[in-house]
Amino acid sequence: MSSRIAEIRLVSSHREVYEPCDDSFALVDALLADRINLIEHKPKICMEIGCGSGYVITSLILLLKNELPGVHYLATDTNPIAARVTQETLQAHGVEADVICTDIASVLEKRLAGSVDVMVVNPPYVPTPEDEVGMEGIASAWAGGENGRRVIDRMLPVVDVLLSEKGWFYLVTLTSNCPLEICLVMRKKGYASRIVVQRSTDEENLLILKFWRVKDEESLDKETSSESFVSQFSRYLSSFMEKRWR
Amino acid sequence: MRLITHNMLSCNIKGVTNGFPLKIESVTVVEKEVDFNPDFLRHMFAKIEWKALVEGARSMGYEELPEDSPDASELESDDETFLRKLHHALLELHLEEGALVCPETGRKFPVNKGIPNMLLHEDEV
Ligand SMILES: C[S@@+](CC[C@H](N)C(=O)[O-])C[C@H]1O[C@@H](n2cnc3c(N)ncnc32)[C@H](O)[C@@H]1O
Repeated sequence: MSSRIAEIRLVSSHREVYEPCDDSFALVDALLADRINLIEHKPKICMEIGCGSGYVITSLILLLKNELPGVHYLATDTNPIAARVTQETLQAHGVEADVICTDIASVLEKRLAGSVDVMVVNPPYVPTPEDEVGMEGIASAWAGGENGRRVIDRMLPVVDVLLSEKGWFYLVTLTSNCPLEICLVMRKKGYASRIVVQRSTDEENLLILKFWRVKDEESLDKETSSESFVSQFSRYLSSFMEKRWR
Repeated sequence: MRLITHNMLSCNIKGVTNGFPLKIESVTVVEKEVDFNPDFLRHMFAKIEWKALVEGARSMGYEELPEDSPDASELESDDETFLRKLHHALLELHLEEGALVCPETGRKFPVNKGIPNMLLHEDEV
């Protein structure tokens, strides 16, 4: 059976809410590419931080729901209108997730710690002046401050707290977010990483990163020294530089 | 929002040490049927704070859960009566309109169209 994702015509919208864009599509493509693995992974709790229109969380549910019936889905956004729009998008597709309006996941950190098996985040990642971060309205959907890292850097420790032992984390980044550095930050917390999707549009160079916890230092060294990490990045960077020079 | 999620929420106003469980004030509760999945329920049971669930369910008009947390054997029993009740309480009751109240400060977080608004004011962060 072919796998379904959210249909654009059923995605609700509002002028104050981020519409599905290249970044959203790249993230859903990453989930699609990893679908078989996700099904074998058998998550019980999946979550999205910054759900916006609801396009991503709805797609994730649709991707998994036939093979994995018992999963609890959660979504958060700081924008109350986005939370409402996400709810409408879910309903239009006949699927269920609990949506909460909160900063990152602050109201869940205590009781949901160590329980999330799959986390997906398309954060506000655009490099902007610092004072544009977290403003009310649509700007907070993309404004990421210096190197676009202001919100991302606040999210990483929260994601680390929430993820279960076997938890996976998918993150949208730009080349200008210094993704290699993000991987190193996560490595210090015990995560290996790889690029699931890379895509260059006219405006941005998108990378969808996947992180997973590695049990001991030794296997982390093995994972990160091999194909999955530095070599993947250097290959990516050189192809990117080539494109630039041409 | 359903009780499975309510069981994971706590109030995080600065200085609050005992922000769990949030008291439920329900105005509108909606019931929606969900497929029964015993494996999922067994997995979630370990994470659930029983008293918070019982009280939450009661404030949403569902009184069938036993006061004391059943022991694990009841989850494995062939008689599904308990699991069915757990299923209904956790997954089929939706708080549509109402509020969540912090047990320590009494601060009210509104729930509209099923979405709790847990954003804090500047002086609460
Ligand atoms: C780039 S948009 C992505 C929206 C949607 N997930 C998608 O992929 O189309 C980022 C979203 O994160 C939300 N957001 C920004 N800062 C946040 C924070 N501190 N906590 C939770 N959500 C946040 C924004 O309101 C916006 O909806």
